[in-house]
Amino acid sequence: MLAHSVFFYFFSVIAIFSSLMVITSRNTVNSVFFLILDFISVGCLFIMVGAEFLGMIILIVYVGAVAVLFLFVVMMLNVAEQKQSWFIGKKSTHIPIGLIVSVLILLELLVVVGGWKYKDDLMSSSTLNLSDISNTHQLGLVMYTDYILYFQLAGVILLLSMIGAILLTFRQRKGVKKQSYFNQISRNPSSSIELRDVESNKGVKIDD
Amino acid sequence: MIEIGLGHYLSLGAIIFFLGVIGIFLNRKNVIVILMSIELILLSVNINLISFSIFSGDIVGQIFTMLILTVAAAEAAIGLAIIVIYYRNRGSIRVEDIHGMKG
Repeated sequence: MLAHSVFFYFFSVIAIFSSLMVITSRNTVNSVFFLILDFISVGCLFIMVGAEFLGMIILIVYVGAVAVLFLFVVMMLNVAEQKQSWFIGKKSTHIPIGLIVSVLILLELLVVVGGWKYKDDLMSSSTLNLSDISNTHQLGLVMYTDYILYFQLAGVILLLSMIGAILLTFRQRKGVKKQSYFNQISRNPSSSIELRDVESNKGVKIDD
Repeated sequence: MIEIGLGHYLSLGAIIFFLGVIGIFLNRKNVIVILMSIELILLSVNINLISFSIFSGDIVGQIFTMLILTVAAAEAAIGLAIIVIYYRNRGSIRVEDIHGMKG
């Protein structure tokens, strides 16, 4: 019981603090840093409470893809109010806040790895440990049988969003020479080879 | 206090949901922070679903959490793509500059 409350309060305090910092931070880059911290805290909480698969999904997919996508867009668009250069300017707060966030993330991961032996204590307070199969196994047993339609629909949604994002941000630049497959394939010798008689002591003018 | 039950997890979800809603009203000038607040709201919904799933012994809540994660990822990708092309066309993504539809 004590281990459960210690883990819960540790991760939830960090999660609430970082979500408070997400919405109050003046700088968008710092907001994204704290969003990443928030996702990692909640992911660790999920792992400790017994939903390991979704915790790892949040850690890998959410932090690794979605939050970093936010970071890329923020850095690309230069929407943060600062005009000075990012790493040289005196008022830059990215390095200290980034360091704080990284140290907190490291601390959380250490707590998760170190507290893994107390996991049975945490699981005893819940009722989902009906059998000895793991959480991923349980999810797989249900997801690929009863909920296969929803699983496929999720795949369709992801495909749709991928096509939409590519289509929205695709831009044809002028002055770029591209391959034209149709013209390449539809060539034939009569239209692309020209035979000329070369007179002696005279050259042939090409591409006139 | 020392006994962590379902109510603690629901309270955590409620607090994060509340902070996300406050964030939408607080950051009315920055589209990206609004998107991040929406992500916070979806995260709090995930906390609720997973805690109900754990404490009531039903795995289906975790499957719905995964579907919510899928939709959230798709929404983030499309929203950021829209922001990128808006910035490319107009040079600004401040919310008060976005009034092309006179809405």
